[in-house]
Amino acid sequence: MQKEAAIREPLILGHKTYHDITEDVCRPIEDKAPKMWYTLFGIALIIGLYGVGSILYLLGTGIGVWGLNKTIGWAWDITNFVWWVGIGHAGTLISAVLLLFRQKWRMAINRSAEAMTIFAVFMAGLFPLIHMGRLWVGYWVLPLPNQFGSLWVNFNSPLLWDVFAISTYLSVSLVFWYIGLIPDFATIRDRAKKPLSKKMYSILAFGWSGRAKHWNRFELVSLVLAGLATPLVFSVHSIVSFDFATSVIPGWHTTIFPPYFVAGAVFSGFAMVQTLLLVMRKAMGLEAYIHTKHVEYMNIVIMVTGSIVGTAYITELFISWYSGVEYESYAFINRATGPYWWAYWSMMTCNVISPQLMWIPKLRRSLLFTFFISIVVNIGMWFERYVIIVTSIHRDYIPAAWSMHFPSHIDIGVYVGTIGLFFVFFLLFARFFPVLALNEVKTILKGSGQSYKESPDYHKHH
Amino acid sequence: MSDKVIYVMYDDDEALKDSAKKLVSKGVKISEVFSPFPIHGIDPIIGVKNTRLGIMAFLYGLTGLTVATLGMRFFMVTDWPMNIGGKPNFSYLDNMLAFVPISFEFTVLCAAHGMAITYLLRNKTLPGMPAQNPDPRTTDDKFVMEIRLNENHGISEADLDEMLKETGFFELDKKEIN
Repeated sequence: MQKEAAIREPLILGHKTYHDITEDVCRPIEDKAPKMWYTLFGIALIIGLYGVGSILYLLGTGIGVWGLNKTIGWAWDITNFVWWVGIGHAGTLISAVLLLFRQKWRMAINRSAEAMTIFAVFMAGLFPLIHMGRLWVGYWVLPLPNQFGSLWVNFNSPLLWDVFAISTYLSVSLVFWYIGLIPDFATIRDRAKKPLSKKMYSILAFGWSGRAKHWNRFELVSLVLAGLATPLVFSVHSIVSFDFATSVIPGWHTTIFPPYFVAGAVFSGFAMVQTLLLVMRKAMGLEAYIHTKHVEYMNIVIMVTGSIVGTAYITELFISWYSGVEYESYAFINRATGPYWWAYWSMMTCNVISPQLMWIPKLRRSLLFTFFISIVVNIGMWFERYVIIVTSIHRDYIPAAWSMHFPSHIDIGVYVGTIGLFFVFFLLFARFFPVLALNEVKTILKGSGQSYKESPDYHKHH
Repeated sequence: MSDKVIYVMYDDDEALKDSAKKLVSKGVKISEVFSPFPIHGIDPIIGVKNTRLGIMAFLYGLTGLTVATLGMRFFMVTDWPMNIGGKPNFSYLDNMLAFVPISFEFTVLCAAHGMAITYLLRNKTLPGMPAQNPDPRTTDDKFVMEIRLNENHGISEADLDEMLKETGFFELDKKEIN
């Protein structure tokens, strides 16, 4: 049994037993869904279906229905793609990087953060696919033998690197998530009373029995997958940033993009985790497991990554002046003072100023304030991608070609629709899957549970 | 061949570990332990060897790296030396930097999936497999030790019962199997 310092706040509040943990996590799945769930699910479904309709209209008509023009060939599509991929970075960071650093507080949040990651990457993946216009030839991005002779995809292109990065990230995160889910599905299976749910959960649990040898393998597989997923997280958003950084557009071709994008991704991902978990812990009665301390830890991550992002913004500005390249300078002067000044300053306010408020302990321990900031950060991070993408290309080298981007209703429909679909998936997850890694949480009960930490025996050597 | 299996249930992981230590020191062979979560330190006591899945992951990763290298060499150098700005790819090394991201991604892809599939196959945990834990409570808050009489020829059933009683178990169950 692992002990920790007495001054550390307990991770599990109250007087819980192993059985209580099972009960607390399984009850919301076994009970009837509350009315609130149906209401939220209905709203998300309607918005999601509107998005599906917009996508079908787009596929039927062509991508001309987006508000793009000759100068601005990339706008909301890639902005949304990068935004969703960024959000999808928190889950694997929490489960992989924090596992390697032995941060036990991750156990309460890793399951739902990973679920969020997977659904966010689904949404991200949609954008390059529909951007092709002809979805049915999407498999052409793979290096498949074909009847055109020596026709292969271009392995020198960052866009192809993206294909490999995103698909590897999605599938590896899915496997990592599912391997952790198997023992918890077994718990639900062994508790299930209704024949249908018993049947469903026994299929999902893959016949897991909890043998000592299996647990031995389980722990190694988790560790090695974490080791593989850690560089993967960093590589994915680096590669996403290469889509811009390897081009020759002023404002895009910036060498600091990879670390700056990775920090931004973690920043926005944690913000989304906060948004979802603050509601979920309340709705599902998991306050004993996800409490102020967890929220505070996540806010510190938001503060640190937000500071990295802020430093990157200022570095970018400095370098654009210091480079002495007038086009480079103009790209940044135009961002701050041109027609898109409002987007730039929204980004600066949301991403640079708001995370700095987390230095104040009272604020970072306030749940309401955290919820507010988490929304602000997500808005700010959307603007960041919009600013980088649209303001860099809307005024190119020939003033006659200068233009503005106005989103069409399809642009808006697809974007809002993906938010709806994301919540459809997340609500289904919260309804049918164990939202807490319940069996993993049991392993820290004796080391970090409140009742154990407060007992007089805790500091005796066993 | 008929055999008798004894399932000894404990309601605490430390209790199971302590009694396993005692039993093993008296020469009892424990054939299996079922628990809701990994009990750290139980493996050396009951003689479970460390898994070699890590080595497999390395080999799968190596395979991925090799396939990616050979594949990209074939696509971009041998089959069609792509000409970019008048600079065709004539050798792998000249162009290697551009191949690093995909080589890395494919290595991770093969290592992760190869290991995950091997893990599921070795565990025999696959969709639709029946549960094998002796009691449904072992995935909740109970810990079960499985002892087979056939594996403990030197010890009589009565002696074993006596030893088990001393360990302060929660429940005891015996089953005849043929």
